[in-house]
Amino acid sequence: MKKNITYILIFFLSFFIIFILYKSLNKENVYIPEKVLNEKISNFSSKDLFTENIINSEDFILKNKYSLINIWASWCLPCRAEHEILMEISKDDSIFLIGINYKERSVNAKSFLHKVGDPFDIIFTDKDGTLSINLGAFGVPETYIVNSDQEIIKRYIGTLSKKQFQEIKKIINK
Amino acid sequence: MKIIKFLLIVVFFSITLQNYLFGKENKLTVEKISKNLRCLICQGQSVYDSQSDFANSVKIIIKKKIEQGKSENEIYEFFTNKYGEWIVYDPKLNIQTVILWIFPLILFIFGGLLIIRKVFIN
Amino acid sequence: MLFSNVGHYSLIFGLIISVILILHSIKRLNDNNIILGKKIFYLLFSQFFTVVLSLIFLIYSFVISDFSNQTVYNNSHSTKPLFYKISGTWGNHEGSLLLWMFVLTLFIFIFFIKSKNQPKNYRLLTITFQQIIIIGFFLFLLLTSNPFNYLYPVPKEGLGLNPILQDPALAIHPPFLYLGYVGSSIIFSSSLAALIQNNVNKEWAVHIKKWILSTWIFLTLGIMLGSIWAYYELGWGGFWFWDPVENVSLMPWICLTALLHTIVVLEKKSILKTWILILSISTFTLSMSGTFLVRSGILNSVHTFANDPGRGVFILVFLLALVLLAIVIFFLYQDKNIKVEKKIFWMSKETVILINNWFMMYFLSVILVGTLYPLFLEVLTNNKISVGPPFYHKLILPFLVPFMFLMAIGPNLKWTKHNFNKINYQQILLLIVALIISFLIANLNGVNLLFVTVVIAFGFYLFFVTLKDFFEKKYNISQKLAHFAFSFFILSVLFNGIFSTEFSANMKIGDKIHFDEGIIKFKKIETYNNKNYKSLVGSFEIQDKKNNLINLNPEIRIYNQPSILTSEADIKTSFFYDKFLVFNILKDDNFFNVRYQIKPFMLWIWISILLLATSGLVSFIKKIK
Repeated sequence: MKKNITYILIFFLSFFIIFILYKSLNKENVYIPEKVLNEKISNFSSKDLFTENIINSEDFILKNKYSLINIWASWCLPCRAEHEILMEISKDDSIFLIGINYKERSVNAKSFLHKVGDPFDIIFTDKDGTLSINLGAFGVPETYIVNSDQEIIKRYIGTLSKKQFQEIKKIINK
Repeated sequence: MKIIKFLLIVVFFSITLQNYLFGKENKLTVEKISKNLRCLICQGQSVYDSQSDFANSVKIIIKKKIEQGKSENEIYEFFTNKYGEWIVYDPKLNIQTVILWIFPLILFIFGGLLIIRKVFIN
Repeated sequence: MLFSNVGHYSLIFGLIISVILILHSIKRLNDNNIILGKKIFYLLFSQFFTVVLSLIFLIYSFVISDFSNQTVYNNSHSTKPLFYKISGTWGNHEGSLLLWMFVLTLFIFIFFIKSKNQPKNYRLLTITFQQIIIIGFFLFLLLTSNPFNYLYPVPKEGLGLNPILQDPALAIHPPFLYLGYVGSSIIFSSSLAALIQNNVNKEWAVHIKKWILSTWIFLTLGIMLGSIWAYYELGWGGFWFWDPVENVSLMPWICLTALLHTIVVLEKKSILKTWILILSISTFTLSMSGTFLVRSGILNSVHTFANDPGRGVFILVFLLALVLLAIVIFFLYQDKNIKVEKKIFWMSKETVILINNWFMMYFLSVILVGTLYPLFLEVLTNNKISVGPPFYHKLILPFLVPFMFLMAIGPNLKWTKHNFNKINYQQILLLIVALIISFLIANLNGVNLLFVTVVIAFGFYLFFVTLKDFFEKKYNISQKLAHFAFSFFILSVLFNGIFSTEFSANMKIGDKIHFDEGIIKFKKIETYNNKNYKSLVGSFEIQDKKNNLINLNPEIRIYNQPSILTSEADIKTSFFYDKFLVFNILKDDNFFNVRYQIKPFMLWIWISILLLATSGLVSFIKKIK
C-alpha cells in the first residue's frame, strides 16, 4: 500500500512538472515590471537638445494634462519606423511631447529632425543613457504616457503600432 | 605531539577568525555589482558580460552610486525598484523564493535520514 | 534536390526498420533459441546505414551549398570556409538531430555486437527500448524538423551561420555532448531490460560499467569543450556562468558520476540495486529534459539560438511517455527483483560511496531547482526572478568541504568492514599542512573570506592525500587520478576566481594608460577583408610591473551573412596565467571599450578536466582487457 502511494505521487509529480513546462512554452520572454504602471515618475533634468540649457521634467509635466515621453535616437531603426506616428500625435494639442534623445551626438539628432520633422515640444539629451535607466527604461524606443500628477498611465516598449496609436488617442481625448 | 598539533590548529583558526571578524571590508567595485545584475535586454548575460547600451548605462549608474557612497544592498534595491526582482541574480529570501532556497537543504536532510536507515537500522 | 530526396526517404526507411526490429525482438522473446542470429545484426546495420546516408547527403548539400535545401539555406552561405560548412551541418537544429540519430543508431549497433555474452532476452529488450527511443526521434525529425525540406524557387544565396558558432571548439562540442547524451539512453534501455529480466547483478554491472564509463568520458569532454568555447568567444574571461543551458548539461553529468561510483558497489557487493536503476533512469531523463529545455528555447540563455514551441511540445510528450514507461516497468517488476539486501556496516567503502551519492544528489538538486524554479514561479505566480551564480555558490561551496574530505579518506577504506584501529597521524598532519598553506595564501593576498580559505584548505588536503597515495603500492590508478584531478580542478577554479584581476577603460588609438598592473598602449587598428567577414585588428602593447612587454591583438569581426558583430579576444596563455584582452566598438566613433584581464591557472582548469577524462579512459581500457 505504501508502495502504491509512492508510485502515485511520482506519477502525479511528473505530470505536474511536464504541465508546468508545457505552460512555460507559451510564455513570452519580454518582461514588463507591473509595478511601474500607475506609479509616479520622479523629476529628471538634463540639457535641452537645442538650447543646451538645463531643463526639468516637472516644469512641463505638471503643466500639461497629458505628456508623452519618448526615448529615441536617429541611429535606432525602430525609432525611425514610429516617427510617423509621433508626427501624427503631435498634431493633437492636448498632449505634450517630451523627447529623450538617447546616446547620440546632438549634431546627428538635429540633422535627423531637420530632415524628417520634429514631433517633440521639448527634447532632453541623455548622452550616457543614465536618464533612461532612472526612468526604468530598457532602451530605444520606449514610450510613456504620463498625466499631470506625474503618474504613468501607459508604457510601450518597442516601436509604437497603429493600434497603440489609436489607444493613445482614446486616452487623451477622454 | 598531539597536543602541539591541536594547539597549532586552534591558534591558526583564532587568528583567521579574528581577521575576518575585524578585517577590512572588501572594496565595492562596479565589476562585483555588475556581475550580479542581469542585462535585461540580452539573452542571459550579466551586465558585466554585456556591451549593450543598456548594460553600459547601468555600469555608469553603478559607478555613480558607489561614488555617492551607497552600499551594495542599496544599489541592488535601486535597480529592483526600477526593474523588479528579475534584474538581480541573487534572489532575496522571501515567501516566493523560500522553496528555492530550502528545497535542496530539505532533500539533503531527507537523504541523510535514508542513509542512516540503510546503514544503522535494517 | 535529388540528394535531399534520397536523404529524406532514407530516414523513412530507417523508421520502418525500427518498427520491424521491435516486432522481431518481441517475437524472439518467447522462443528457446539462445543465439541471436544475423537477422538482427543486418537490421541494425541497415538502420545505421540509412542514417549515415542521410547525414552524408546533408553534409554534401552543405558542402556544395545546395540552397534548394531549406536547412542549408537557413544556416549556410557560399562564402563560408569549407570547415564551417561541414560543421555547420550540426550547428543547427535539424542537422544536430540527424547527428543525434547517427549516434543513437551507431550505439545500439555497437551494443548488439558487444553484448554477445549477455542473456538473450536482456539483449532483445534493450534493443526494443532503444528502438522506442529511436522511433521517437525519427518521428521528431520527420514531423517537426525535417532537414531535407525543399525550397522552390531555389534561393541564390543562404542566410549564413551565426558567426559565434563558427568556431573550431564548437564544431566538435555537439558531437561529444551527443555521444554522452545518447550513451545515457543505452544505460536507460539496458537498466529497464535488466529490471524486467531480473538481471540486475554483478555480471550486468561489469557489462554496463563500460557504457557508463564511455558515456561519462564523452560528457566530461563535451562540457569542457563548450566551456572553452564560452571562455574565449562569449565570456569576457569567464568560463562558467551557471547559465541554464550549461546547468542542463551538468545535471546528467552529476547523476552519471554518482552512478559511476555506485555501479562499483553493485559489482563488488551486489547491493543498492533499486538505487542504481533510479540513477540510470534519471541520467537519461535529465539528458532528455536538457534537450527539451535547450531546443524549445524556453530558457533565457546565452546559448539559445533558435526556438520553436511546436518542437517543444513534441519532446515534452515524448519525454513524458518515456518517464511513464519507466515508472510502469518499475511498478511491475521492482518487487520481484529486490530481495532483502545485506546490511551495510557503517565504517566501510559502501557507506562512503553512499555518502558520495548523497552529496551528488544534493548538488544535483541545487542545480535542478535553480534552473527550473524561475520557470515554475513564472507560470504559477507570474513573477519573474533570476537565479544566478551567487545562489549556486552559496548553496554548493559549503558542502564541498565535507565532500572533499570524504573524497580523500573514502578510497582508502575497505569494503564490507573497515577496522579503525589507530588514528592516522599522517592524514592529520596533511590536513594541518593544508590549513596552514591556505591560510598563508589567503592572508598574504588579502582574501577576506573565511569560508573560501576553508574550502581551499580542504582542496589542498585532498590534493596532498591523493598525491601521497600515488606513491603507495596498492592503489587503483584511475580512481586516484580522478580524485587528484578533482582537487586540482577545485583549487584552480578557486584561485582563478580569487586572483583574477581586470582593467577596463574606453580608449582611442594612441592612448596610453597606467593601471595597477602596468601600462597599456593602444597602438593602431588594421582592417582586413576576409571571405565572409571584415575584421578590425587592434594592436595593443602591455608593459607589466617587471617591464616585460607583450603585444596583444584582439579582433572585432563584422560578418556580412548574417550581419553580426563579434569580438574575438586575444589570449596569451602561459603555465600560470592567461592574459586576456578584448575590445569593442563604442557608439562614440573614436573610442573603444578595452578590457584587459589576468586570469591565473586558466590552463590548469582545462588540464584538470582532461586528467579527469583520462582517469575514465584508463579505467575503461582496464575493463576491456
